[in-house]
Amino acid sequence: MLDAKIPAGPLESKWSDYKGHCKLVNPANKRKLEVIVVGTGLAGASAAATLGELGYKVKAFCFQDSPRRAHSIAAQGGINAAKNYQNDGDSIFRLFYDTIKGGDYRAREANVHRLSEVSGSIIDQCVAQGVPFAREYGGLLSNRSFGGTQVQRTFYAAGQTGQQLLIGAYQALERQVALGNVKMYARHEMLDIVMVEGKARGIIARNLVNGELERHFGSAVLLCTGGYGNVFYLSTNAMGSNVTAAWKAHRKGAAFANPCFTQIHPTCIPVSGDHQSKLTLMSESLRNDGRIWVPAKKDDSRKPNEIPEQERDYYLERRYPAFGNLVPRDVASRAAKERCDAGYGVGSSKQAVYLDYAAAIERYGKIEASKQGNDNVPKEEIIAMGKQVVKEKYGNLFDMYQKITGENPYEVPMRIYPAVHYTMGGLWVDYELQTTLSGVYALGEANFSDHGANRLGASALMQGLADGYFVIPYTIGNYLADEIYNKPISTDHPAFVEAEKAVSDRISQLKNINGKQSVESFHKRLGKIMWDKCGMARNKEGLTEAIAEIQALKKEFWSDVRIPGEINEMNPELDKANRVADFIELGELMCIDALNREESCGGHFREEFQTPEGEALRDDAKFMYVAAWEFAGESNWNLQKEPLVYDVIKPSQRNYK
Amino acid sequence: MAHKSMNLTLKVWRQKNAKTTGQFESYQVKNISEEMSFLEMFDVLNEQLVQENKEPIAFDHDCREGICGMCSMYIDGKPHGPWQANTTCQLHMRAFKDGDTITVEPWRANAFPVLKDLVVDRTSFDRIIQAGGYVSVNTGNAVDGNSLPINKNAADDSFAAAMCIGCGACVAACKNSSAMLFLSAKVSHLALLPQGDPERSTRVMNMVAQMDKEGFGACTNTGACEATCPKEISLSNIARLNQEYLLSSLTASN
Ligand SMILES: Cc1cc2nc3c(=O)[nH]c(=O)nc-3n(C[C@H](O)[C@H](O)[C@H](O)COP(=O)(O)OP(=O)(O)OC[C@H]3O[C@@H](n4cnc5c(N)ncnc54)[C@H](O)[C@@H]3O)c2cc1C
Ligand code: SF4
Ligand code: FES
Repeated sequence: MLDAKIPAGPLESKWSDYKGHCKLVNPANKRKLEVIVVGTGLAGASAAATLGELGYKVKAFCFQDSPRRAHSIAAQGGINAAKNYQNDGDSIFRLFYDTIKGGDYRAREANVHRLSEVSGSIIDQCVAQGVPFAREYGGLLSNRSFGGTQVQRTFYAAGQTGQQLLIGAYQALERQVALGNVKMYARHEMLDIVMVEGKARGIIARNLVNGELERHFGSAVLLCTGGYGNVFYLSTNAMGSNVTAAWKAHRKGAAFANPCFTQIHPTCIPVSGDHQSKLTLMSESLRNDGRIWVPAKKDDSRKPNEIPEQERDYYLERRYPAFGNLVPRDVASRAAKERCDAGYGVGSSKQAVYLDYAAAIERYGKIEASKQGNDNVPKEEIIAMGKQVVKEKYGNLFDMYQKITGENPYEVPMRIYPAVHYTMGGLWVDYELQTTLSGVYALGEANFSDHGANRLGASALMQGLADGYFVIPYTIGNYLADEIYNKPISTDHPAFVEAEKAVSDRISQLKNINGKQSVESFHKRLGKIMWDKCGMARNKEGLTEAIAEIQALKKEFWSDVRIPGEINEMNPELDKANRVADFIELGELMCIDALNREESCGGHFREEFQTPEGEALRDDAKFMYVAAWEFAGESNWNLQKEPLVYDVIKPSQRNYK
Repeated sequence: MAHKSMNLTLKVWRQKNAKTTGQFESYQVKNISEEMSFLEMFDVLNEQLVQENKEPIAFDHDCREGICGMCSMYIDGKPHGPWQANTTCQLHMRAFKDGDTITVEPWRANAFPVLKDLVVDRTSFDRIIQAGGYVSVNTGNAVDGNSLPINKNAADDSFAAAMCIGCGACVAACKNSSAMLFLSAKVSHLALLPQGDPERSTRVMNMVAQMDKEGFGACTNTGACEATCPKEISLSNIARLNQEYLLSSLTASN
């Protein structure tokens, strides 16, 4: 049933063959075709700008007050590309291989190879736009290593890579706005897709300033709406990140793939109380120099500096001597949870471990001292010099930690704990990034395509920009070339009227519940169920309970939620209610997917399926497939399987010991 | 670890929409932990308002990490509140003490009309960028990234200017509501790089013209913008902007 439309031929030539043979739209016809782009993060802004440059008439939407504020802005560490500027053995194949392996053999070879092929062009494009990447003294681009790979292929702009890349794409987008090729609708939220005779014909969007519903025609709809990590309530995502656009498409027929594949990032600032609204990531690069430990004794309430060396348990170094503190994210996160669950956690909540810079400070201090050729530098001076080096490398992260916790990480070890960060699952798309709905495409974090069961660091930015700058401009032509024969549909068409009425009815229904409990309180409860039972470790019993609890929560939500204010005005509570209602439904599907996948792979860890040492145990014989779920009515889904075929890479057990 | 908690009085600007006039209203919040962020304190207040069946206070926010530029509260007479080099979302309640009264208003500027409560319309900033804040290069035009070496100091200075988050605090802090710091950050970002060179003079002329058209005030070099900027964008960028402007007016009149 599911056709991934992977071109025939050898892996290395699939994409060039595709480009050589796909249909084109001539410039005069492009001007007549309207394309809707929902979302202006890296994926959406790059797609909207590029399609505008090509001559299409583009309408772009985002819910923030400006396209520049999309969640992509917050990415810190960097973006990968197989440039091999460092001459350290990188290649398109190696980036492809690392991504497939890192994803625990649950991604499609053809898509990942294409991603790797276009990665170099992304850097070229961004440089040409004036993105101020970090540079060496010789004036050339600088690279750092990231996420335990063996080559240096990560390009960066201090700790603000996402910001700089997004500003580049945003400026390209604003240029097209100025030229009249793109019309921007900020503070707008897409609330449904309009389908006519099996094809996408537009969307219904709510103007968030005055609450009015609007109908917009388009010959194709691109969903670039980001990930759904906020289903857990607490995550490192921006407050507004949501699943609504993807979920509306899903309810209209787009299959949702691998929803249970979520990434929990090991180094985040821990939760400090019930009031907490979001979690803050401390870049993965901190693991390059910091050592992670907990007290060797249970319930040790001494201050960290009072615990002597021999009474500390550097558990990552102990369990994974080969990779130590640099094991992949999923492995590091689970190990932290294991220690805290066993009673060795630190801080007031006992849900934290230490990330300690004392050893690094001393090591760097000694290097500085030896540079001066002086063997008798007093200890305090060594420490002072070491602190200076650490400040240069990680100063902004240390400052952020101090602002949030009020503690000085140069003096006391940081407390960290894993937090929800990224969602590998998303709308199912074929090789052309088209969903199972004709004319509806999904780009960036919103689709499921490239990261399998676990994403490597610095690869999400790469994927978003690959999709927007270099993939969709070709693949959409292949679809739109036939659409030139179809006239635009008036927004008075019954399909538009009906879709708008359905949206309006749902909003009134929500508003008229007039219950007692706030939207926020429901979201928190959903998050707790998801975190406890569909988080870092899952099991059959917990997932079964979670499904029942979510169904009950859904009922309660639809009978007791309270939304103050009016429908026809700016109403952030109403916006949130719309999103939380969709998160509740998604939460149920995630648990169903996690229950179905009776294996452990990447970010999905089923406690029943582990090796005697507690490592993830994949089951390739039974589960080497993409689980694509079709909506079949409330609390009801059909599973479609897309088998994963590995022609080039031979799957093996990941080993970091 | 026990954390101090406090009781506070908040005087907050309430305004139904762009067409109505607004007024201050006072609220009490109790048991606010010093560990909370300022916006989490607002979450607590809003939950309280929902429970009382009153309308919560609308305010802009998204990343809550000091990078998206969406949050925008004028707190006790200062954009983004009392801390240096900080955004509203990164301000923590440690900055206040039990019994304090805190006054919170929206950004005030003609070019930033209030939409509701603490939410303002900053699309004028987007239109300034549309007037020329980019390099005109289509996707696919680019040559290899390393074919154009760029002096590291120039790249670092360009990055320092490109760190602007477009929050508008500089405008809110300025008695003339000038957008010069914001504008100069973009002009500097691009003028310091060879990629930005070909469009250098048209860019600065068009962006300045757009800024004037949007109703931002003139710059009188008081430096309130630099002092309040969460990303420490330097006044030297305004000097560079003036230089660029002068240079292009000279060449334009030739
Ligand atoms: C703290 C943090 C750090 C990270 N660091 C890195 C890193 O160093 N390297 C890396 O590769 N990745 C990193 N990531 C991941 C990466 O940032 C994201 O996966 C990526 O930016 C997602 O981009 P996107 O374009 O798909 O979506 P987003 O940037 O999330 O954009 C979504 C867009 O959709 C719009 N939208 C959503 N719903 C609607 C709707 N219903 N109607 C209208 N508009 C809508 C929003 O307004 C927004 O414009 C990080 C993530 C986090 C949380
Ligand atoms: S210059 Fe500073 S204050 Fe002004 S918009 Fe940029 S970051 Fe905000
Ligand atoms: S909410 Fe993003 S900068 Fe404050």
